Amino acid sequence: MSTEPQHTPYQKPALEFKSSTFSVPVLIPYTNDLTVIEHQLQQKINQAPEFFRNSPILIDLQELNKQSISLNVAECIELLRRLALLPIGIRGGLHDQNEAALALNIPKISAQQNISHQDTAQKLEKIIPEPEPEPETSEQATTRIVTNPVRSGQRIYAHGDLIVLSQVSAGSEIMAEGNIHVYGTLRGRALAGIQGNTEARIFCSDLQAELISIAGNYKISEDLDESVRNKPVQIYLNDLALIIQDL
Amino acid sequence: MARIIVVTSGKGGVGKTTTSAAIAMGLAKKGHKTAVIDFDVGLRNLDLVMGCERRVVYDLVNVINGEAALNQALIRDKRCNQLYILPASQTRDKEALTIEGVGKVLEELAKEFKYVVCDSPAGIEKGATLAMYFADDAFVVTNPEVSSVRDSDRMLGILASKSKRAENNEEPIKEYLLLTRYSPDRVKLGEMLSVEDVQEILSLHLLGVIPESKSVLNASNSGIPVILDEKSDAGQAYDDVVARYLGEDRPHRFIDEEKKGLFGKLFRSK
Repeated sequence: MSTEPQHTPYQKPALEFKSSTFSVPVLIPYTNDLTVIEHQLQQKINQAPEFFRNSPILIDLQELNKQSISLNVAECIELLRRLALLPIGIRGGLHDQNEAALALNIPKISAQQNISHQDTAQKLEKIIPEPEPEPETSEQATTRIVTNPVRSGQRIYAHGDLIVLSQVSAGSEIMAEGNIHVYGTLRGRALAGIQGNTEARIFCSDLQAELISIAGNYKISEDLDESVRNKPVQIYLNDLALIIQDL
Repeated sequence: MARIIVVTSGKGGVGKTTTSAAIAMGLAKKGHKTAVIDFDVGLRNLDLVMGCERRVVYDLVNVINGEAALNQALIRDKRCNQLYILPASQTRDKEALTIEGVGKVLEELAKEFKYVVCDSPAGIEKGATLAMYFADDAFVVTNPEVSSVRDSDRMLGILASKSKRAENNEEPIKEYLLLTRYSPDRVKLGEMLSVEDVQEILSLHLLGVIPESKSVLNASNSGIPVILDEKSDAGQAYDDVVARYLGEDRPHRFIDEEKKGLFGKLFRSK
């Protein structure tokens, strides 16, 4: 018999490595003028401060380096951190840019070749919280489950689907890039497909909402027909028209 | 370890101070050593309702600033020796309160007292958020009307997200609903929200319904917490609230109209 210390088959390992895919906002600069970048980025952030606060972000330099424009990576990282973003990687950078990033503990991420550059001429970054057709970003995002009531004044954002097991009070706002399910009374505002996913739906067990919206197409409480109020319904988009249907 | 109770509402004039005075007196009368703190710095009222306004020397802000010891500022109630009042400063504003200062005062009180009742000011600004920050339990005082209910809902959101318990990921603050200034006659006429309406919107554990009562105004004006007026409906309702909070099972009263005939009672039952 062996005298070497051995793991019994019942002993749990302390750790394990897994590969996992996330969707992370990617910042694609089109200029090396950091003042301009800061100004435009601040405008984006002001549109959805909660969404951007402490959000991880990846810097993509492929576009700039294709045009041989050199960006000061260290200053760019410092700028992002100042705006309460958390840079987690750099891709498409030149050797010295990667070194500069590494010096600030930002790793190099291997560049993907299959991203399309054609239609992004005016966009500063890939994910912005306003209606914009970009449905594939939500596919890998996770579902967020909220068990407590969403109270007046609260805002909840889900990168994927949002499930609320309690009520959503008047004066609150729930937003999801995917579908929204509310297994209580929906009295606040519910915005599904907020990144432009027109396939997103809202389900609720009692519709009394102040506002419902799918991919930017909205209806306010006053426009809701009496026949759909106070009952379980689903809401979806058909040719840019909101359809409210009994469940 | 003491339980810290915050009496809060968001909206003003719904009965926070009346409630704070009543439940603090109620807890003390049951033999629990209780302190009640007025957090409404600049709009000091609790001392009036407790009838100790002529004995105020030092206040909460003095203690926070280290200008007075806690024992110097605490006023012992003349009717119940288990009850102490820590008044607010009338000459300062809420900016004089700091989170460290309030935390220190509450920590010191917690060593000596069983219950610490914090009478929150109206609003959701500094005074109100500091009053609730360290709380273990929250009495949400609500009137049966829509704006009060909405403000209470907002306050519940703040309780759930901005308290010490929430920030440290501890067990959340226990929230209780106290429906005050309730008038069954007006509910019946459709002029007021019913208990069920309010509960449906807030979905909160109902600790008690305090009827609209002349005795409340009389009690405030004479500086006697209404719970000491044992003959009054409001006094009895507060007594029920305290008993329920301490774990006693008492049926709810003052929800339906009084003086119904036997037939009325029979046919009303659901």
